[in-house]
Amino acid sequence: MINKKFFFKGYRSILTHDSPAIALTCCFIAIGALFKNLGFNIQESIFSTMLTYALPGSLVMAESMLIGASLFNIFLAVWFVNARLYPMTVSLFPLMMHKSQPKWKYYFSCHFIAVSAWLIMRSNYKQIPKKHRIDYWIGIGSATVSVSVLGTYIGFSFSDYFNKDMMIGLAILNPVYFLCMMVGASKTIQITLSVSLGIILGPVIYLYSPEWSILLAGVIGGTIAYLIGEHSVS
Amino acid sequence: MSANIVYAILVTSLATFLSRFLGVISSQGIKETSKLFRWFNCLAYATLAALIARTIIFPAGVLVDSTYSSRLIVVLLSLFVFFISKKNYIYPTVFSAICMTIINNYI
Repeated sequence: MINKKFFFKGYRSILTHDSPAIALTCCFIAIGALFKNLGFNIQESIFSTMLTYALPGSLVMAESMLIGASLFNIFLAVWFVNARLYPMTVSLFPLMMHKSQPKWKYYFSCHFIAVSAWLIMRSNYKQIPKKHRIDYWIGIGSATVSVSVLGTYIGFSFSDYFNKDMMIGLAILNPVYFLCMMVGASKTIQITLSVSLGIILGPVIYLYSPEWSILLAGVIGGTIAYLIGEHSVS
Repeated sequence: MSANIVYAILVTSLATFLSRFLGVISSQGIKETSKLFRWFNCLAYATLAALIARTIIFPAGVLVDSTYSSRLIVVLLSLFVFFISKKNYIYPTVFSAICMTIINNYI
């Protein structure tokens, strides 16, 4: 079963001085308010946050519903937008896999893959014994989902009190927080180059192919950064 | 709950979980010291950076109603706060929300 000591250590990781909890809560406050404007009720809003737990995907679903897209179109649009979760998972789970741990933990906990939890795990995993990293990860994931649900509830409940400027203020908070975390994580030539090329290529490719821009920028920018990094090391 | 909304939520969840699940399946043969792992690490960082840049420059949702210059000013000022606060994540984040609200209200 789950090791409680490492689970709660992971759960408490969002209480640190530079915790993502505030940013994450504010982002989901914006989502909660958006859901209410779309006509969701409180159960549907919380259900959506718990089951999807990925901001861009939720946003795409909301926009697709606004224009009356079919379920198949929603599936494709969300799949494309959230395809970034695939390389994020492959770049995290090998760090946590241990032969003594049951596989259900990996299949269950991959649901927690999202930018905040991913970045917290990437900056802390070395301090945790490999055997218990998955329990620590489940703790981080449970904590981030908890604050997301709380944010959705607050946003839904108080949406009538937010004016448009406040909603815009809440919406910029998410990219700024992630940008700071990415800049903070840029400690090797490969990661620094990956972040820099992603920032440049993402908007440039968007001009030609909005649907594929993020994936293409990730693959092209990441591959160039990898090759340069490997070359400079060798 | 209305059926359409529930189906939309389920479809969204399925589409999101698919990438995560396929990622776990692919992870099973990859060692953390391998070149393949390092490559995926670069892909992940570049993809996230692209997503952030696109969100700021070509936003969706309520950010569409803000101007490009206001978003750029807020991001640059927030990065400045990030560096002078010795890379604290909270100060620039809270600053960005307040700054954006004020700028958007007066410009």
